[in-house]
Amino acid sequence: MEILTQIFIQPFFDMIGDPILFLQVIWEGFVTGILYSLIAFGFVLIFKASGVFNFAQGIMVVFAALTLVGLHENGVPAYVALPITIFVMYALAFSVEKFVLRSLVNQPDIILFMATIGITYFLIGLGESIFGGEPKVMITEELLLPYGSITFFDDMLILQEIDIAASIIAAISLIILGLFMGKTRIGIALRAVADDHQAALSVGVSLNTIWVVVWFISGIIALITGIMWGAKSDVSFALSIIALKALPVLILGGFTSIPGAIVGGLIIGVGEKIGEFYWGHLVGGSIEGWLAYMIALVFLFFRPQGLFGEKIIERV
Amino acid sequence: MVNYAGKTSGMAIPLLSALNGNPILRRVSFFWLGLYPALGVRALIIFLFESKKGVSMKNKYFLTLIASVITLLWLSQGIMAAKGIYVPLFTYKTGPFAGSGIPSGNGMADYLTMLNERDGGIGGVPLIIEECETGYNTKKGVECYEKVKGKNPAIINPWSTGITLQLIPKTPVDKIPVLTMGYGLSAAAVGSVFPWVFNYPSTYWNQASAIIKYIGYQEGGMSNLKGKKIGFIFLDGGYGKEPIPLFEELSKELGYEFFKIPVAFKESQNQSSHWLKVRKEKPDYMIMWGWGVMNPTAIKEATRIKFNMDKFVGVWWAGSEDDARPAGKAAKGYKAATFHGIGQDFPAIQDILKYVVDRGKSQVKDRSRVGETLYMRGVFNSVLIAESIRKAQEKYGKRVINGEEMRWGLENINLTSARMAEIGLPGYTNPIKGTCDDHANNGPIFIQQWNGTGWERVSGWIHSMDRVRPMLEKAAADYKTKNNIPNRTIPCS
Repeated sequence: MEILTQIFIQPFFDMIGDPILFLQVIWEGFVTGILYSLIAFGFVLIFKASGVFNFAQGIMVVFAALTLVGLHENGVPAYVALPITIFVMYALAFSVEKFVLRSLVNQPDIILFMATIGITYFLIGLGESIFGGEPKVMITEELLLPYGSITFFDDMLILQEIDIAASIIAAISLIILGLFMGKTRIGIALRAVADDHQAALSVGVSLNTIWVVVWFISGIIALITGIMWGAKSDVSFALSIIALKALPVLILGGFTSIPGAIVGGLIIGVGEKIGEFYWGHLVGGSIEGWLAYMIALVFLFFRPQGLFGEKIIERV
Repeated sequence: MVNYAGKTSGMAIPLLSALNGNPILRRVSFFWLGLYPALGVRALIIFLFESKKGVSMKNKYFLTLIASVITLLWLSQGIMAAKGIYVPLFTYKTGPFAGSGIPSGNGMADYLTMLNERDGGIGGVPLIIEECETGYNTKKGVECYEKVKGKNPAIINPWSTGITLQLIPKTPVDKIPVLTMGYGLSAAAVGSVFPWVFNYPSTYWNQASAIIKYIGYQEGGMSNLKGKKIGFIFLDGGYGKEPIPLFEELSKELGYEFFKIPVAFKESQNQSSHWLKVRKEKPDYMIMWGWGVMNPTAIKEATRIKFNMDKFVGVWWAGSEDDARPAGKAAKGYKAATFHGIGQDFPAIQDILKYVVDRGKSQVKDRSRVGETLYMRGVFNSVLIAESIRKAQEKYGKRVINGEEMRWGLENINLTSARMAEIGLPGYTNPIKGTCDDHANNGPIFIQQWNGTGWERVSGWIHSMDRVRPMLEKAAADYKTKNNIPNRTIPCS
C-alpha cells in the first residue's frame, strides 16, 4: 500500500507542496528538451533527404564545438573562429556528399547507415588527431553569451541566463529552419526530395546539392548544440553521447516530422526531468536514460508512426 | 612507445648502440630489421618457385606458410629475449574519459622515459615501455592483459576499477603483480588474501573515512556529525559504488544522515535533475565520486543551484584542473582529496622537462600542463613502479626482473622522505612502506581547494579511521570465501 502511495500520490503532493520547485524542474526539462529538439531536427533533416538515420550527428556536435574552441585556443578570435567553423562544417558536408554519399546513391538504406557509422569513426579520429582528447572549456564569454542567473521568489526559482539564451537561440534556429524549409526555393526542393527522390530528380532538383545543403544545415545545428551543451559542462568527446538522446525523441515525434522533433524533444526533456525528480528514487535513481525510451514507447502504443509521423499504408 | 632497441636481433645490437640517442636513425634501423625476415621469406619463396618447378601451387603455399610461421616465431623470440624490464602501461587516451586518461598516461610514461634517458633505466637495465589503449573499456583492458602477459611483464597497471576486478583472478595464475594506485578493490589491501594486488597509497575506503573525518573537523568534532545530512553523488558503476558500504556503516556509527544520488554514465553531462534533488534534500555536505566529464558538469550544476562550494568535497579522481576549470571562478571553494604534490618545481619534474619533453619524447602537447594534478598522478604511479623495481633489484640483482620478483619488490617498497628527496621529489607524498599484510599503506590524504584558477592545500595529512582496517579484512574474507581463494602460500620475507 505504501509503495502505491509513493508512486501515485506522494509525487503529486510534492508538486503541489512546493510549486516553485516543480516549476524549476519543468524549466530544466524545457531547456534540455529544446536542445533535444534541435538535435532531433538535424536527424530529421537528413532522414527526410536521404532516408538514413545519421549516426554521425553526435560526433558532428563534438567536431563542430571542438573546431570552434580549438581555433580559439590557437589564437583565433571568437568572431573569426565562428565563421571559420561554419565553413569547416560546410566543407564537411561537401566532402560527405562527394566522397561518401554520391557513390552510394540507390544503395539500400542500411548501406547508407553503415556509411554514417564510418563517418563517425573517421571524425573521432580526425578530431583527436587535430585537437587531442583533452576536454576544453567553451568560450561562452567570447561568444557574448550571458553569464549569471536571474532569480525569482526569494531565490527559489533560478533561471540561468545561459539557459535562457540557449532556449531563445534554439527557438529562433528552429523558426528560421522551419521558414527555410517552407518558404525558400531550396527548402521546397528539399521537401520534394524527401517526398520522392525520383520525382524530384525528374523535375531538375539536384540530389547532390540537396544532400550538401542538409548536411550543412545539420552541421550548423550541431554547432549550436555543441556551443550550448558545451557551456553546460565542457567540450569533450563524451558530448556525442548526449546527441543519441535524440533517438527517443525521434521515436516519439516521428523520423520525418519537424514539428514532431520539436514537440517530441520538449515532451522527452520535461518528462525525463519530472520522472527522475519525483519518481527516480523509488527505483534507485538515475532513470533518465531509459525513462525517455519508456515515454516514447507509451506514445507508440497509441500512435505507432509517432506523434507527427506519416502514417504509411502499403497495399499488398 | 614500443622500444625494443637492440633486443629484436643480436646482430642489430652494435648498430643500434651506435645509433643510440637518434630516434630517427633508430626507427630506420628497426625498419631494416623488420625487413630482414621478410626478405628471407621472400627469398625462400623465390627459391621454391625457381628450383622446384614440379611442386604444386598447394605445396608452395604450404611451404610459404611454414616459412612465415618460422619467421614470426623467430621474431617473437627476439622480443621475448629483450634485455629490458618490460613495463606495459594501460592507457585510455581515446574515448569519453580521454580527458582524464591523457594527462595521467603522459605522466606515467614520461617519468619512466626520463629514467631511461637520464639513467639508462633502473640499475643499468633499460625499461621497455609499451602502451596499450583500453579506452577505459573493461573488455579492451582484458584484451590488453592477454596481449602483454606473454612478454614477461614486470607489472600490470589497469587504470580502471572495472578492468582490475576482471584481472584479480587471473594474475595469481600468471604470476604478474597488479598495481591499482588509488583505485580498484579496496579489500585488495589485505595482502594475506590478495598477494598479487597492491593499491598504494590508499584505498577508496581509507579515503572515504578520511573525508568524513575532514567533515567532522569542519564541524568542530566527530560527535557533531550527528544529525548532519551528507549527500553522495557518484558515477553509477563499480567505481562509484565502491565506498558506499563504508559511508553507510559510518552513518550508523556517527549518526549522520546519508543519501545517494547515482549518475548514469550516459547522463554525465545532463545532471540538472540530480542537482535539483540535492537542492530538495538540503544536505550539509556533498561528497562526489565522479570521473571524466561527470566532474566538471557536477561542479557547474552545484554552482547553478548555489550550493555552498566550501561544503562540496570530491574524491581524488575529481580533483584535477580540468574538473574545476570549466566552472572557473564560480567553482571557487570546491574541495577535493588528494595524496601528492603538484607543480613543476620538483627536480624530477625538471628532469622530465629536460630529458623527455624538450627532446620531443613526450606526448604532452603543452609544456605548461606538465605538473598538473593528473599528470602528477601518473608520475606517482611510475614512481611506485620504479621504486619497487629498485627494491627487487636489491634482492635479486641488477638485472631484468620478472613478475614474481616485482611482487616482492612491491611488498617491500620503502619510499621514505629521504628517498623521495633523493629521487627529486621532496615532500611529494606521505612515506610509503609496504608490508606483507597491508598492500595499501593505509595512507593518509589531504584536502585541496580550488581558488578560481588553481588548487591550494587546505589541510594537513588526514589518516583514515581505525575502524576501516577491520572492515577491509572482513570484506577480503568474504571475497575469499565467495571466490574460493586458496590460503596464501607465498612467504612474507
